[in-house]
Parts: sequence; structure tokens; C-alpha cells
Amino acid sequence: MALFEVFLRSKRSLDHKHVGSLHANDHQQALHYARDCYIRRSEGISIWIVKSEDIVASQEDDSPSFYDPMDDKPYRHPSFYKLPKEISNM
Amino acid sequence: MPEKNSKTLIQQYATRLGDDSLILGHRLSEWCGNAPFLEEEIALTNVALDYIGRARFFYGYAAELSNGTQTEDSIAYLRDCRQYQNFLINELPRGNFAYTIARQLIIDIFYSHFLPRLIQSKDETLSAIAEKAIKETQYHLKRSTDWTICLGDGSEESHIKIQTAFEELWGYTDEMFSLDHLEEQLVSQGVAVDTKKIKNTWKDQIEDILTKATLTIPRGEWGVSGGREGYHTEHLGHLLSDLQYMQRTYPGLKW
Repeated sequence: MALFEVFLRSKRSLDHKHVGSLHANDHQQALHYARDCYIRRSEGISIWIVKSEDIVASQEDDSPSFYDPMDDKPYRHPSFYKLPKEISNM
Repeated sequence: MPEKNSKTLIQQYATRLGDDSLILGHRLSEWCGNAPFLEEEIALTNVALDYIGRARFFYGYAAELSNGTQTEDSIAYLRDCRQYQNFLINELPRGNFAYTIARQLIIDIFYSHFLPRLIQSKDETLSAIAEKAIKETQYHLKRSTDWTICLGDGSEESHIKIQTAFEELWGYTDEMFSLDHLEEQLVSQGVAVDTKKIKNTWKDQIEDILTKATLTIPRGEWGVSGGREGYHTEHLGHLLSDLQYMQRTYPGLKW
């Protein structure tokens, strides 16, 4: 059986979040199992299923070139803006 | 709704519908710790819980109609085999995985036609229970259909196992489509479902799925019944001795 990653959107949040993985024969069965394994207690209102092997992930070796250069560039954070109250979910 | 007797009749009807659910739910719960793999185990026991939940609704209603002589728990834990009126097919041992799936398919298709009719019942409570249950059944049916096709059209071994299961179960399906006196009375009052009317639809649908699954439709040369009269297979007694053990050994025990 193949491994699938499960993403859920809860009632409260706007985006799907990774909640775990499971084994299934195909996408449809994975979706069914996700329903049984991850939303039994009404944790979500939408499910995404992705085959684990389809995910391209950054590796630890990438760290120096990917992430370190950002550490000393605070000007990239727009921290001096004041957000109006009306803007939520930022 | 005519008042005379009908309260007692509905109480009995609700109890037997509860029996169907409780006994099947218990059989499914036996997969806990025994299923082929973890995901399927969680799915199967979820279905088991759906049925046990459904039994509680039916028993709760039966208790309500009993004028305080019964409770949900006394109905489940303090009646013996002869007082249980579930279909025989529900009490048969869980067998192998293919057998469980075959039984679920038979029953899921049945409920997918039975419940929409129960929603039309003149009895509001039965109608409300059916309304809730149909959503569960629609999901159960997806599962059992997919698995039947997967196993039937799968390996040689899985094909033989599920074909054998359908052969062994087929004769138990007769009972689901016949009415006893109690049900006939309630059908004429617009309360119970006339299951004779859903037999053809059930048959067409299951034959269609079996064909898709490359399975042979059993010839149906035999049929047994008795569940609705309280005549059971030897298996129900063993099931109840598990189910009722705590209450029988320590009467009145509370969690």
C-alpha cells in the first residue's frame, strides 16, 4: 500500500494543515480512511490527500544556502507597519 | 396515529430495530485489535460505533414508550436470546475479512433503501432516527462497495474468499424482506417499512456490484428465518454472554 499525507481544514482556520499520514491502496481509499482516522471528533470540514512520494521536501544539506542568509536581513520584515483592526487572519 | 395498542407495537418495533443495530455493531467491534491493518481497523470500529449509537437511539425510544418499565441498558443487557429479535445474518460470527465485507454490503444496501422509507414513517421519532442514520449508511455503503470490488476483482484468494462468503450468507437475506404480524400492522398504520417493496431494488443493486466485482450471483436455493420470532442460531447466545457478562455477573454495576 502507498503512503499518503493528510491535510485538514478546520472550521476555524482558513488553510489546510498537515495532520499526519496513512496507508491506503489509492487516493479515494485514503480519503475515506482520513475521514475515519482524522475527523472523528469533528476536527475538519475539508480534507486534502497527497501521495507522500509526490511531496518534494527541502533537505538538511540545503540549510546553509536556503535559510541562513535570511537571518541578518531584518528589513525584510515589515514590522513598522501598523495593521488596521479590520484586517484579520494576517 | 391510532392509539390503541400502537404504542406497544412501536415499542416492540423500535426494540427489534435496535437489536439489529446492537448485534451487528457488536460483531463489528470484534475487529478491534484484529483488523488487517490499522487504518481499516479504525474505519471498521467507526462503523461499529455508528451501529451501537443507532441501537441506543432505538432502545432509548423503546424505553420511553415502556412507561418506565425498561431502560436502554435493561433492554440491551437483561434480555435473553429468545427476546432478541434481530435478523439472523447480523449475529453470525464475524468470519474472515471478506465475510465481514460481504455481510456489510448486503446490510448496507438494505439500509440504504430501508432508512429513506423509515424517514417517511408517521412516527416522528423513528423518522428522526432514520434521518440521522441514513448519512452514516451512505458512507458505509461506499466502503463495502469499494471493498467488495477490490476483493472480488483482486487476487485469486480474495476472490474465492468473498465468493464463498456471499454463498454462505445468501440464504440469510430472505428474512430481511418478509414481514411478521407486528410489522404488517405497523405498515398499515404508516409506521413501519414494508421491506417486501425494497427487495427488487436491493437485488438489482447487489447483483450489479457483484458483477462489477467479477463475482457470481449466488443461486439462492435456500433460505432461513426466525430472528424476528426470537429463534436464533447458536451464535447469539455466545455473543450475548460476552456482551452481557458484566451486568450478569455484577447486577446493577455502574461505570
